[in-house]
Amino acid sequence: MENLEALTQQALAAVAAAGDIAALDQVRVQYLGKKGEISALMKNLGNVAPEDRPKIGAVINEARDQVQNALNERKTALETEALNAKLASETVDVTLPGRGVQEGSLHPVTRTLERIEGFFANAGYQVAEGPEVEDDFHNFEALNIPSHHPARAMHDTFYFDASTLLRTHTSPVQVRTMESQQPPIRIICPGRVYRCDYDQTHSPMFHQVEGLLVDKGISFADLKGTIQEFLSVFFERDLVIRLRPSYFPFTEPSAEIDIEWVIETPEGTKRRWLEVGGCGMVHPEVFKHVNIDPEEYTGFAFGMGVERLAMLRYGVNDLRLFFENDLRFLQQFK
Amino acid sequence: MKFSEQWLREWVNPEIDTQELVDQLTLAGLEVDGAEAVAGKFSGIVVGQVVTREQHPDADKLSLCQVTDGTETFQIVCGAANVREGLKIPFAKIGAVLPGDFKIKKAKLRGVESFGMLCAEAELGMAESSDGLMELPDSATVGMDFREYLNLDDTVIEVDLTPNRADCLSIAGLAREVGVLSRTAVTAPEFAPVAPAIDDVASIEVSASDACPRYLGRVVKGVNVKAETPLWMVEKLRRSGIRSIDPVVDITNFVLLELGQPMHAFDLNRIEGGIRVRMAEQGEKLTLLDGQEVELTADTLVIADHAKPLAMAGVMGGEHSGVNEETQDLLLEAAFFNPISIAGRARNYGLHTDSSHRFERGVDYNIARTAMERATQLVLDICGGQPGPVTEVASEADLPKAADITLRRKRIEQVLSLTMADDEVTDILVRLGMNTEASEEGWAVTAPSYRFDMAIEADLIEELARIYGYNRLPVRTPAAATPLAKAPESRMAIRDLRRQMIARGFQEAITYSFVEPELQKALDPEREALALLNPISAEMSVMRTTLLTGLVSAASYNLKRQQPRVRLFETGLRFVPEADGLKQIPTLAMLVCGNRLTQSWSEQEAPVDFFDLKGDVEALLARGGDASAYRFEVAQHPALHPGQSARILKNGQPIGWIGALHPATQKKVGVKQALFVAELDLEAIRDIAVPSYEDISKFPEMRRDLALVVAQDVPVDAVLSGIRAKAGEYLIKLNLFDVYVGKGIDPDRKSLALGLTWQHPSRTLTDEEVNDSVSSVLAHLEDSLGATLRG
Repeated sequence: MENLEALTQQALAAVAAAGDIAALDQVRVQYLGKKGEISALMKNLGNVAPEDRPKIGAVINEARDQVQNALNERKTALETEALNAKLASETVDVTLPGRGVQEGSLHPVTRTLERIEGFFANAGYQVAEGPEVEDDFHNFEALNIPSHHPARAMHDTFYFDASTLLRTHTSPVQVRTMESQQPPIRIICPGRVYRCDYDQTHSPMFHQVEGLLVDKGISFADLKGTIQEFLSVFFERDLVIRLRPSYFPFTEPSAEIDIEWVIETPEGTKRRWLEVGGCGMVHPEVFKHVNIDPEEYTGFAFGMGVERLAMLRYGVNDLRLFFENDLRFLQQFK
Repeated sequence: MKFSEQWLREWVNPEIDTQELVDQLTLAGLEVDGAEAVAGKFSGIVVGQVVTREQHPDADKLSLCQVTDGTETFQIVCGAANVREGLKIPFAKIGAVLPGDFKIKKAKLRGVESFGMLCAEAELGMAESSDGLMELPDSATVGMDFREYLNLDDTVIEVDLTPNRADCLSIAGLAREVGVLSRTAVTAPEFAPVAPAIDDVASIEVSASDACPRYLGRVVKGVNVKAETPLWMVEKLRRSGIRSIDPVVDITNFVLLELGQPMHAFDLNRIEGGIRVRMAEQGEKLTLLDGQEVELTADTLVIADHAKPLAMAGVMGGEHSGVNEETQDLLLEAAFFNPISIAGRARNYGLHTDSSHRFERGVDYNIARTAMERATQLVLDICGGQPGPVTEVASEADLPKAADITLRRKRIEQVLSLTMADDEVTDILVRLGMNTEASEEGWAVTAPSYRFDMAIEADLIEELARIYGYNRLPVRTPAAATPLAKAPESRMAIRDLRRQMIARGFQEAITYSFVEPELQKALDPEREALALLNPISAEMSVMRTTLLTGLVSAASYNLKRQQPRVRLFETGLRFVPEADGLKQIPTLAMLVCGNRLTQSWSEQEAPVDFFDLKGDVEALLARGGDASAYRFEVAQHPALHPGQSARILKNGQPIGWIGALHPATQKKVGVKQALFVAELDLEAIRDIAVPSYEDISKFPEMRRDLALVVAQDVPVDAVLSGIRAKAGEYLIKLNLFDVYVGKGIDPDRKSLALGLTWQHPSRTLTDEEVNDSVSSVLAHLEDSLGATLRG
C-alpha cells in the first residue's frame, strides 16, 4: 500500500497542476473515474484478506476523499477564476454616457400653468377653456363693460371688426361657463390673452389664469383665504400678501393682489410689494347676464398673469424670453 | 393724476408724513404710482439778479456778470446763452450745495475768477433737462431763499385712479378722501359768490338737454389777457404737469385741478348771436385748439353759436372762439355733460383731454356754480374786468338722480363674513358723504352727487370694506362640497400628451398667435388668414392658420444660433376662416431638423429624415390604444415636398399632415436644412380607446414569412391592407421586417419581407387553414397590386 501514498500525492499534484476545468476533469477521471487509479485500488479490495479489508478500505477511502476534496476546491477555484476572467473581459466604462438620452421639456409657462391647475384640481376646480377670438358680448358686455365704458381703455384691444376681437382676459370663459351651468361652479381658466401693448414689460400676447367659485355662502373671506393659500403653495413659502382696493367692472368689491417680495442683497434684506393679479366678488350685474340669482349665490373670481408668476418663481428677468423660443432658454426648465 | 402734496395739505393736513400719506392712498385704492420731490436737495441758493453782463475776455461762449443777492454783488462767469442784464435767476453762492452733494466753491474759468453759479432747472433737480438758466419773473424778490421763494419743499404725488373714482380727479376730491381715511377735517378755501358789476349776458339755448342737463355762462368784460399768471398758480399747475399758457387758460386749468370741474373760456366777441348747445350735424367741420380740423359726427355734442360749432363739448375748444391775444371780453362756461354723451367721443377723434377724461367718468353735477364763482374771482384778481350775472340753463329731469340704495345688515355679513357694528357702518357712510337713514333691515342710503360709482348695494359694501381695511377683513378656506371631478378615460389628458412629446426629446414652444402674412402664405398658400384691424406691427398682423408658422420661425431662430438639432412642438389654437364662420381648432404641431440624435460616442451622426418624425407621430398615436384607426395616405400639400408628404387619416377622416417642407417653401422661410413637420387635430388624437380585455389564447401561433415583390411605386400600406383584408380574422400580427431593392430584383420593383402570424382563440389552427389564407392573400395581391412571390 505504500504506493497509495505516492498515488495520492501524485493525484493531488495533478489536481493542483490542472489549468482549467477540462484538465481537472481528466485528473478526476484518471484517479477517481470508474477506471481510475484510486478507484482500481478499491476494486482490488476483494483480493485483500477479509480481516484487513475494513482497515485498508478506510485508508483508500480517506485517500479518495482527500483527492475528491482537492478536486472540488480546485474546481471552485478554477470556476471563480474563469468567472472573474469573463467578468474582467466584459467590463465597460460605466462613466460613459447612456444611450439615446433625449429628454425635452415643457415651456415654463406650461410648467407654471400645470402646477397651478394641479393645486386647484385638488380643491375641486375644473379646467375650462374657450375661444381666443371672442365677441364683444363675452369679453366686455357680459362683464359689465358696455361700449364706451372708460374701463375699455384699460384693455388695449385687438379688433377684427366692430364686434370681434382677441380676448383681453380669460374672463369670457367664466361667462361661457356660467351661461351653460348653474352653481356650484368651481373653475380655473388658463389661456392666452392679448393686449395691444408691446414694450419691455408688456407682451401683446401673454397668459392668464383665472379662477371662479360660485356657490351659496361664498364671501370675501373665502377669496382672501384662497388667494393666500394659492400663493403660498405656489411659491412654497409663507408669503405676506395684501389686497388693495381696486376697480374691475365685473367684481365688487375688487382688489389688486400684492405679495411682499423679500430679496436678500449684500446691503441687507429688501422688501417690496409686487402686484401679481386682481380679484373680487362677482358683480351682481354679471350674474344677471348669465341668469344666476345674485341673492341666492355669491362668488369670487381672481386672475393672475402666468408669465409674471413664472418670472418670480424661476428668476426670469425679461418677459420677451418667453416667446423667443430660444432652446438655450427653454432647456433650462427641465 | 399728479398733484402737489402741499396743495393737498392746504385743504387737509393729517399728521402723517409723505410716505404714510402715500401708503394710505394706495391701500384705499388710489394707487400711488410715484412720489417725487419737486426739486433736488440743495441749499444756499437765493434769488439773484444779473446787474451787468459783458463778454469774457478769453472765451466766446462765456459771459462775465455782476450778480447781486440784494446786499452784495458778485463776479460770476456764466456759460448760459440766455444770461442778460436784469434777469432774475436762482443764484448759488459760495458754500451752496447742489443736488448730488455738489459744493459751490470759488473757481477760475479761463483766467477769470467766479464767485458762485447761476442755475438751470436741471441742475436743481427740477427738470430732466433744461436749456439755459431758469428765468424767474420780475416780481421775484432778490435775495430771498430760493427754496422758500418757490416753496420747493414739496412732493409731487401721482395717483393712478381707476375709472370709477372720478370724484378724486381734483384736489377737493382727494382732500375729501384723505379726510375720510385719516379722520381729519377738510378746510376748503372760501369762495364767496361774485356780485355782478354789469348786466351783460350771453344768450344760451340748450337743445340737447339730455346730453347737457346744466349749462352755466358768464360774461366778464374788459379783461387783460396779457396779465401775468401769479407764481403760486404757475407752480401748482406745473406740479400737476400742466404748463402755464395765458392767465385765462391757466385759471380754467386751475379750477379743473382744484374742483374737478372742466371749464372753458370763449372770446365773447367771436360768438355770433349766442350759445347753442346741440348735437353736431353730420359732417360739420370744426378746427380745434390744437389746430386740427375734424369732421364731426352726429353723435357729438357741440357748443355752437348761431352760425357754427365753437367747441366739442367736454372735449376741446375751437381755435377760432378761444381766448387769444386780442381778447377783451370773455364768456366763461361751466357745464355738466352726461358721461354717456361724452364717453368714447374723444377717442373716436383720436383725442384725450383732461376735460374728456373727467366728463367721461362723471363730474359732480352740482359743482358748476361753485366753479364758476371761483373762476370769476380768479379772473378778476388776475386779469381784472367786469363780471356779468351767471346764466344757468338746467333741466332737472335730465340731471342724474342720486340712487336710493338699500343696504342690508345681513348682506354685509354674507359678502364679507364680518358682523360690522351698526355705528361703524353709519360712521363710514356718513364720513363718505352719504345720506344715511336707519331702517329695520339696515340703512337707506343716498350717495353724494360726486359719487357716480355708487349705484347698488354691492358698491356700498365695497366702500365699507375699503374704509374698514381689506387687510383687516376675515380670512377662511372655502369648504369643499363638490363631487369628484369627471375625468373621462377616453380622453387623453393634454398633460400626458405633452409628457409623451417631451420623452421623445421634443422641446415645447409657445409662439405668437398672430404672425407675418408672407410666411403664413408660404406655409398655407390656399387659405386667407384672418387679419387684425390694429396689429402691433406688420410681422404680427394675421392670425395663424397653421401652428407651423411659429414653429418654422422658432426653428430658424435656433438654427441661426448654431443649434445642431431642433425638435419643437406646440399646442394651441389655429384660426381657420371657413364659409360658415371662423374655426378655432385646437392643434398639435411638431418640427424636427438637424441631427437625428445628439452627437454621441455610441451612435453615428446622421440627419433626421421623414421616418424619424413619422415614428414620433406613430408613437403618440399608439398611446391612443387603437393605432389601426390611423392611416398615412400619399397626398400633396402645397407647402410640402411632393414625394415626402402624407395626409393622416383617422377612421378615414383627415386629421393632419406630415412631411418635409417643400424646398421652395424652405427657401422662402430662409432655412437651409431640411425641415420635417407634422400638424394634427388635437381633439381627434385625444379621443382614445378605453382598453377592453380579451382572453389570452392558449393555442399555438402559426407563422408564415412571405417575400413579396411589387412595383416600387406601390405603397406598403396597400400591401398591408391587402393582406389584412384577405388573411382571415385570426391573423393577429403582421410585421414588415425588410424592404429590399437591388441585385436579384427587377430594377423597378422592390421586395418586402413580411411575417404573418395567426392564432385562434379556442383551438389549434390547421396547416391547411393557414395555407388557404396565404393563398388567398397571394391571389388577391397579385390581382390588385401585381405582387409576386420572390423566387
